[in-house]
Amino acid sequence: MSGKEKIITVHLKLWRQKNRSTKGFFEEHTLEGVSTGSSFLEMLDQLNEKLIREDKAPFAFDHDCREGICGMCSLMINGQAHGPERATTTCQLHMRSFSDQDTIVIEPWRSSAFPVLKDCMVDRTSFDKVIAAGGFTSVNVGNAQDANALPISKENADLAMDAAACIGCGACVASCPNASAMLFTSAKISQLALLPQGKVEAHKRASKMVEAMDELGFGNCSNHAECEASCPKDINLSNIARTNREFFKAKIFSEKE
Amino acid sequence: MSFNLDSKIPEGPIQDKWENHKFKCKLVNPANKRKYSVIVVGTGLAGGSAAATLAELGYNVKSFCIQDSPRRAHSIAAQGGVNAAKNYPNDGDSVWRLFYDTVKGGDYRAREANVYRLAQVSNSIIDQCVAQGVPFARDYGGYLANRSFGGAQVSRTFYAKGQTGQQLLLGAYQSMMKEVGKGKIDLYTRREILDIVVIDGKARGVIVRDLITGDIERHVADAVILGSGGYGNVYFLSTNAMGSNGGAAWKAYKKGAGFANPCYTQIHPTCIPVHGDSQSKLTLMSESLRNDGRVWVPKKEGDDRHPNDIPEEERDYYLERIYPSFGNLVPRDVASRNAKNQVDAGKGVGETKVAVFLDFKQAIERDGKDAIAAKYGNLFEMYQRITDESPYEQPMRIYPAVHYTMGGLWVDYNLQSTIPGLHVLGEANFSDHGANRLGASALMQGLADGYFVIPYTLGNYFGTNDLEKVDTTHPEFDKSEKEAKERLEKFLNIKGSRTADDFHKSLGKIMWEHVGMARNEAGLKTAISQIQKLRSEFWTDLKIPGETDEVNIELEKAGRVADFLELGELMARDALMRPESCGGHFRVESQTDENEALRRDDQFAHSAVWEFKGVDQEPIRHKEELKFEYVPLTQRSYK
Ligand SMILES: Cc1cc2nc3c(=O)[nH]c(=O)nc-3n(C[C@H](O)[C@H](O)[C@H](O)COP(=O)(O)OP(=O)(O)OC[C@H]3O[C@@H](n4cnc5c(N)ncnc54)[C@H](O)[C@@H]3O)c2cc1C
Ligand code: FES
Repeated sequence: MSGKEKIITVHLKLWRQKNRSTKGFFEEHTLEGVSTGSSFLEMLDQLNEKLIREDKAPFAFDHDCREGICGMCSLMINGQAHGPERATTTCQLHMRSFSDQDTIVIEPWRSSAFPVLKDCMVDRTSFDKVIAAGGFTSVNVGNAQDANALPISKENADLAMDAAACIGCGACVASCPNASAMLFTSAKISQLALLPQGKVEAHKRASKMVEAMDELGFGNCSNHAECEASCPKDINLSNIARTNREFFKAKIFSEKE
Repeated sequence: MSFNLDSKIPEGPIQDKWENHKFKCKLVNPANKRKYSVIVVGTGLAGGSAAATLAELGYNVKSFCIQDSPRRAHSIAAQGGVNAAKNYPNDGDSVWRLFYDTVKGGDYRAREANVYRLAQVSNSIIDQCVAQGVPFARDYGGYLANRSFGGAQVSRTFYAKGQTGQQLLLGAYQSMMKEVGKGKIDLYTRREILDIVVIDGKARGVIVRDLITGDIERHVADAVILGSGGYGNVYFLSTNAMGSNGGAAWKAYKKGAGFANPCYTQIHPTCIPVHGDSQSKLTLMSESLRNDGRVWVPKKEGDDRHPNDIPEEERDYYLERIYPSFGNLVPRDVASRNAKNQVDAGKGVGETKVAVFLDFKQAIERDGKDAIAAKYGNLFEMYQRITDESPYEQPMRIYPAVHYTMGGLWVDYNLQSTIPGLHVLGEANFSDHGANRLGASALMQGLADGYFVIPYTLGNYFGTNDLEKVDTTHPEFDKSEKEAKERLEKFLNIKGSRTADDFHKSLGKIMWEHVGMARNEAGLKTAISQIQKLRSEFWTDLKIPGETDEVNIELEKAGRVADFLELGELMARDALMRPESCGGHFRVESQTDENEALRRDDQFAHSAVWEFKGVDQEPIRHKEELKFEYVPLTQRSYK
């Protein structure tokens, strides 16, 4: 503790929804005794302890690593995916970003491709399906040559790493007015297209993944850039441009065939 | 039934054992592989790599995980890197040296043959990952970069920024998804294993709960693989993810799988200290920080000055002082214990006084802020986000935290537990790390097990066993399902006053106090009786809201805490019965004149393997004697 911590009271407006098929509603709670040194999710833990003691149903939300890397946590906080801090996941958000007596509105990701399961837990299996459509290199164990056989320029390796940093949380979809999954999809297409190992299948991969994305009910990308602004890992819009190039090449090649 | 602890170490010189064994392993021909089904529990590096590879070979795989996607397994959180004996930097590394360092680092409590194999396959892991598109760090010539990690005197650690675990896991996940697309893997996400089904002495299935609908499902297969991770969360506060649990391994133990060395716990020296009572987990600061950071405390007890106001001559760089040749890079167990010693001596820093400093001032002066930012920028940011302090401007505060469990289900050389057909990989097995794991070696082990070992040894299991056809109507499935359902109902019907977290925190306090960094006989006995008492309170005073047939996170927690309340006791028992100090297990009664850990090889050069006899019965302690033919037993010294 840095000695700067305060104890505050917050007013919460939470989205409650019993399951996939029932309608949701907002529920209000006031929570006292919150340390500004606590994380946002620790504040919700504190709320749940209180709700259980009062014989009320605890609030369901997804989380696991609480280190900003697994991509399990979500939450729209006051209308912003992962809350007010730039490049910060909900689990890394701390209560020092809020003031005493603040009202905090907490909602799930809203997208038809991410149905609500309970309260603020949503179903993101559509992301796995996009990856299954082509987000890999088709190498089986046993095929690989020596790791240093193909040098890769540091620049490309670093760009690939930046794209690969995506945690698959879905904030991009939740923030997009069209609910497009283009930033997520293009990050993977880009990462693999930048590396010689992934280059072989780059065009085919791009067209298959984009097709899957459309089929799964995600919207089109019309360059709103809300996705980039909300991304907790700073995934860059240039990945989308790179994907469009690969997609375009795929089109040309398939016409040739 | 007698306990079979035949380690099945192959004949021959250690360099040839694995090759010989692979040659002798029975093969399953490609057409027949299609007829076999395998359940893989867990999608971390161990389970994920196994599922992908077995599916590539043609087996029908069913994969289970707790999270909503296989990509979120806890392996994702590993920061620092993965070891291999490539010797790309030409600094004297070799398979032999990696083997030697790992046996020694594990304080001579691992099986030599297994460790040698691990070192042997380490290089193929890097090849495989690069082929998958894992964006490892590279130098300007485009070749792979390496760093030295956690006490190693060679640079053998491959890394992808501070996100190595994430990138390796995504590689395995993508390989899995490729097989999902081909229909060779069926994914069952948001599922929790409630029991392992054993039929005619062989593992043949699992009972799982669908965490969304609450449905209890039965799954049958020809073999079961557990890659369910470690049990560090028994301490409540640890660097593990919130959902990490010991449940699947514990169920296997209760079904007859031996549990080995449960007391071997790794307490990692560089974590962000506890801030207060609402704390839910601890965050690791990668050990790579010790390559440039210097650890110190004020020389004076209770010195409350701001660290920047404490002059050089009033600082005690205690690791550099006590261990001049390794300095800040001593192995984890040594670094952790020394931090505790300083805090116990009243030298702790920060508001809680339970922390030490890790200082980058000198490194920044030497290399410049930009160079330090390039190496550690993301870690510094993470630190600042949590503590609101900048490590560029003042030293970090760090303290040890529970991080990894070397103990786990006993397996033979084939990674098979004492239950035929039940194989255990990754952190869930008792592993190749002995009593202390070296940095960057868990990722290596998980992937070695999954990509390169189990594909051979599982084929051998199928090739040498006649498996009767069974389905989910077998009476053993009825029995397991009935017991699992009754347990869930029982949690709900207690209707007491304390939450599952509340019990978990109480257990964590007992474990940290008595089964933590320093253990002694009296404390361990106290722990055993306190845990027993807490367990009986749990079963009479637990409060779980809601129903079984819906999303019920409290119910999930109850099951995990119930398991931890049994496992914690076994850990204390195991620690009690090992009155020597080795690796992460430090017995106060067994130290040298200089207060260093004192191993007692004459009596304890063995793995302790526990056999379940009933929850309130004493378990039986068996031994697997360890032979050191290639790395001579010596007392570790880092001075
Ligand atoms: C913060 C942190 C940093 C680390 N850094 C490093 C590092 O730099 N280098 C290194 O070598 N090691 C590191 N480690 C250790 C290493 O990450 C782990 O030991 C390793 O990743 C474990 O992999 P695993 O596959 O065995 O298990 P996990 O990755 O924990 O996976 C467990 C899987 O099992 C599933 N599961 C668990 N229980 C059940 C159940 N009951 N039912 C169904 N499914 C279940 C989970 O859903 C998950 O998919 C680090 C660990 C931590 C905590
Ligand atoms: S809980 Fe893992 S990213 Fe937030």
